[in-house]
Amino acid sequence: MERNKRHIKKWLAMLPLSLVLLLSGCSQLTVLDPKGPVAESQKDLIMYSIWFMLVIVVVVFALFTYMVIKYRDRPGRGDKDYNPHLHGNTMIEVIWTVIPILIVTALSVPTVQTLFDLEKPPESTASATAAKEPLVIHATSADWKWFFSYPEQNIETVNYLHIPTDRPIEFKIASADSMSSLWIPALGGQKYGMAGMQNTLYLQADEQGVYDGRNANFTGEGFAAQTFEVYAESSEEFSNWVEQAQNSPELTQDQYNKLLKPGLTDRKTFSSTHLQWVNHGTMAGMDYAIELHGEAYEKELHLKSGDIEIDATDEE
Amino acid sequence: MQLDEFFVTGEPLIYAGMVSIVLVTAAIIFVLTYFKRWGWLWREWLTTVDHKKIGIMYILSALAMLFRGGMDALMMRVQLAFPGMDFLGSQHYNEIFTTHGTVMIIFMAMPFLIGLMNVIVPLQIGARDVAFPALNALSFWSFLFGALLFNISFVIGGSPDAGWTSYTPLAGAAMSPGPGQNFYLMGLQLSGIGTLATGINFMVTIIKMRAPGMKMFQMPIFTWSTLVTAFIIVFAFPILTVALALMTIDRVFGSQFFTLTGEGLPMMWANLFWMWGHPEVYIVILPAFGIFSEVIATFARKQLFGYKAMVWSMILIAGLSFLVWVHHFFTMGAGAFVNSVFSVSTMLIAVPTGVKIFNWLATLYKSKIQFTVANLWALAFIPSFVIGGVTGVMLGMAAADYQFHNSYFLVAHFHYVLIAGTVFACFAGLVYWYPKMFGHKLNERLGKISFWFFLIGFHVCFFPQYFVGLDGMPRRVFSIIPEWMPLNVISTVGAFGMGLGFAIFVYNIYYSYRYSEREKTGDSWDGRTLEWATPTPVPFYNFATVPHVNSHDAFIEMKEKGETTFDEEKVEPIHMPSNTGQPIIMMGIAGIASFGLVFEWMWMAIAGLIGLVVMMGVRSFDYDDGFHVEVDEIKRTERKARGL
Amino acid sequence: MSSHELKTGPLEYRTQQGQMNILGFWIFLGAEIVLFSTLFATYAVLFGRTADAPLPGELFEPGSVLIMTFLLLTSSFTCGIAIHEMRRGSKKGLITWMIITLALGLGFIGLEIEEFIHYAHEGATLQSSAYWSGFFILAGTHGLHVTVGIGWAILLLIQIAKRGLTPVTSRKFFIISLYWHFLDVVWIFLFTSIYLIGMVV
Repeated sequence: MERNKRHIKKWLAMLPLSLVLLLSGCSQLTVLDPKGPVAESQKDLIMYSIWFMLVIVVVVFALFTYMVIKYRDRPGRGDKDYNPHLHGNTMIEVIWTVIPILIVTALSVPTVQTLFDLEKPPESTASATAAKEPLVIHATSADWKWFFSYPEQNIETVNYLHIPTDRPIEFKIASADSMSSLWIPALGGQKYGMAGMQNTLYLQADEQGVYDGRNANFTGEGFAAQTFEVYAESSEEFSNWVEQAQNSPELTQDQYNKLLKPGLTDRKTFSSTHLQWVNHGTMAGMDYAIELHGEAYEKELHLKSGDIEIDATDEE
Repeated sequence: MQLDEFFVTGEPLIYAGMVSIVLVTAAIIFVLTYFKRWGWLWREWLTTVDHKKIGIMYILSALAMLFRGGMDALMMRVQLAFPGMDFLGSQHYNEIFTTHGTVMIIFMAMPFLIGLMNVIVPLQIGARDVAFPALNALSFWSFLFGALLFNISFVIGGSPDAGWTSYTPLAGAAMSPGPGQNFYLMGLQLSGIGTLATGINFMVTIIKMRAPGMKMFQMPIFTWSTLVTAFIIVFAFPILTVALALMTIDRVFGSQFFTLTGEGLPMMWANLFWMWGHPEVYIVILPAFGIFSEVIATFARKQLFGYKAMVWSMILIAGLSFLVWVHHFFTMGAGAFVNSVFSVSTMLIAVPTGVKIFNWLATLYKSKIQFTVANLWALAFIPSFVIGGVTGVMLGMAAADYQFHNSYFLVAHFHYVLIAGTVFACFAGLVYWYPKMFGHKLNERLGKISFWFFLIGFHVCFFPQYFVGLDGMPRRVFSIIPEWMPLNVISTVGAFGMGLGFAIFVYNIYYSYRYSEREKTGDSWDGRTLEWATPTPVPFYNFATVPHVNSHDAFIEMKEKGETTFDEEKVEPIHMPSNTGQPIIMMGIAGIASFGLVFEWMWMAIAGLIGLVVMMGVRSFDYDDGFHVEVDEIKRTERKARGL
Repeated sequence: MSSHELKTGPLEYRTQQGQMNILGFWIFLGAEIVLFSTLFATYAVLFGRTADAPLPGELFEPGSVLIMTFLLLTSSFTCGIAIHEMRRGSKKGLITWMIITLALGLGFIGLEIEEFIHYAHEGATLQSSAYWSGFFILAGTHGLHVTVGIGWAILLLIQIAKRGLTPVTSRKFFIISLYWHFLDVVWIFLFTSIYLIGMVV
């Protein structure tokens, strides 16, 4: 409840503020409070566009208010300033066609630039470390959980992951069944995970911390619970964690198959990955889960809102 | 199948729904029987081919669907108000957001607009009906049976729960077994066929049946928007037909289009769906633009500014609407180049839309604005829609969209454009043309109260959702975390404000029916276009004599010259189509066939299909050529209506 | 709704209703083009996704498909002659040529069904893979259209036998001839993109 109250205060303070103040208050919104270079570039793009949009909104609102007040039909106005046959003006129509074109151009250029940048690992940031090889993590969703496989480290986690800061992470995203979307708003935008297709998403954390990640694309009953936490830590801490994880039990195919079954599950750590049997992102692996658990997708979880919170506390 | 599998069980809310369905049905049957109205209902409504009556039936059904979709929305808002809410379980919530979306787009927005088109377009172009009146009735009944089929799912068989977009593989047979998803497929398929027929019907009507002298660029702007919409329908709906059919065949006959097995391609569904779905968005927004243009011009007491630019921008928007579908899934991983192309094409839509906004503002320049309820809806549209529009451009920037996608930012955006655009237009249009349809105006004072409740409720409901989206709240979750609570509470309060506004609107219909002054002339608002030239109520043949048109404000010109649509010298016998029961029977049979397919009862589906073929044969052999209204009758009717 | 009738020109165009029906049907054919385009696109996207089922190249044989093509192309020609006879005012010519057209159409359908059964025996069915789903639905939709066309034309033949050539019956016949030619055009695309390419790849 304490947590609730704090947030209520935060928001109550923000609400009555004007648009500009609201935008400064937005620094508390996850997407506008980036913790890594990818989210940063997206935030910059968003803020850049918001200024254009604000200008458009202000201009239209001002014109609208002016027209509605000045030209309202009030008693005694008579026919002053009234011209029912005014039907057009080429000059002004050209102007207000050209201006939107210019704005669209101004928005397109950085959009396209950022789009191409996002397909590459983020450039090394201010921390002066030389460009590092991206850490590859296979992120695989299954109804309704996430598997994170670290092929180089030969470890696999369920529903949480650790990443080193200041190093690009190359997520190889796929899904064992329904189409999902890997989204860690504090670190950057999302990409879909699909069976039979592998997507690549580069993210990076510059600040240490614990960030919320989730599946953002509707996958059915357990969708709201398909979340995970991202622990961004220094490379030493990360190495320590990896060592620890490598001492966990191995993942057996049998166990993996059980985990794939639709339903919720706790966090797990294994010292091997499922990639040795199946990569759901390939055509060969796309029917793996459905052949295994075809019947199980019919079952209802009877999930209630309260259940999800209990789960979250269990994990801590 | 066991009976308890057939009926949905275990939910108190649904039991309440069942009881109310039974009670309402019983009440209707009782009233009709008690007042001996069955014959009247059959002759005057169920078998009618009159475009005005069909339009009214469309609008009434759409209002009922708005109520249903609105109830869904309120239930969702209650569930989302606080973390840990136990009002709806996950499964139930998923069903509700799915039906909310589907009902609002397919069974509310489109029929409402098509209803208004039906009533108004033939009147605006000086026609006596649409080109194919029986086909028009068929369209309506296909929509109604489709809607019934879809809505019955909540008590029989279970509602669909894969979202209104029904992405595969989730919506496929493997992961969504049972009739729920089939209801979605068959409900949409059935009503979609009618929509396609409507598109063809209105294209031919507008191209071929305009009053003498009316050139294309002299058509009222709402008619233009209808024509452009009809084009979009004709070229977009077949894609939906195919997509739905393929998924149905997947689910019922085991083909492998969108499956995970057999090397199927689930992503193809998203492509097909949005190749229809994006044009669909413009199907519901362009007529809205047309309505606003009519209403603003009328109550600004001024000619529409930049008529040609308005028309061309609609045509441009229609063209672009087919070239942007990928922006619904930038995050699918098509690569930077593809995303760039679709990003730019998406943002380009802002250009013609911006032109339209400025033209509406310029229409207000040097005008005399009357703040009638219809105009309030139209004026409120401009600033509200601009907010939805600019956030739409932001969503169109693909790199930023990776953060907006699937979040409440997106939810806020499309509600801003669809409510401020389409819903406001439906209300504006209904209030504006209400006297033409029903012979009396809606009460202005109640109308204003409902308007302000709805408008303020709307902004309170959806504006916070932009921010909660930026805070990482995804759409379609049934449970929120404490961080998102304050904005969600505000949103819920706003939703109830809108609900109240709608309730007052509906009450106003009753109140005005009882107390409003009856219309004496046909020209309730000092109108500009031909629909106001007819007397109210409009005679079933619309125009005793069709005027010669020289400008796009045809009725203004007629009033200046002192002309009416009743030139006694020129009255000739009028040829009109006969009523027919074939459309309702045919679509009723199609409804039964679809119901059979939903439950995969092949005997029923095949029997229905045979029935449908037989009815088509019957139709083919029907040589009923309609009847003629004699000059005497026309003169009598017109004199009475005009008080001569 | 105008009942004014022109005195010259083809019968089917003389009433306004006739003109509107024909225009409406042209627009409907536009929608049909979109429908088939979507199916063609689907087929193209699914090309190669045969899974464990036989490859198209293994099953497609030029022989019967060429005969089918010949039958349908000829039927389009005879349908044209039928309309020519109708314009000449010859009810008998119309009926005769239309029956020939339908016979050719029936032959086409018969061969297509035989084709499908053959493929099914070889292990390529609607269910066996995404590619074969795409194939059967695309070709099947065309076949279904031809079948519907045959049934429809029979109904019209009965009407024309009873009522003779009037603006209404000739309009109906003109419209079905448009439909028939359209299906012929679709088949040409089908033949090229499914069978020719499928046999080569």
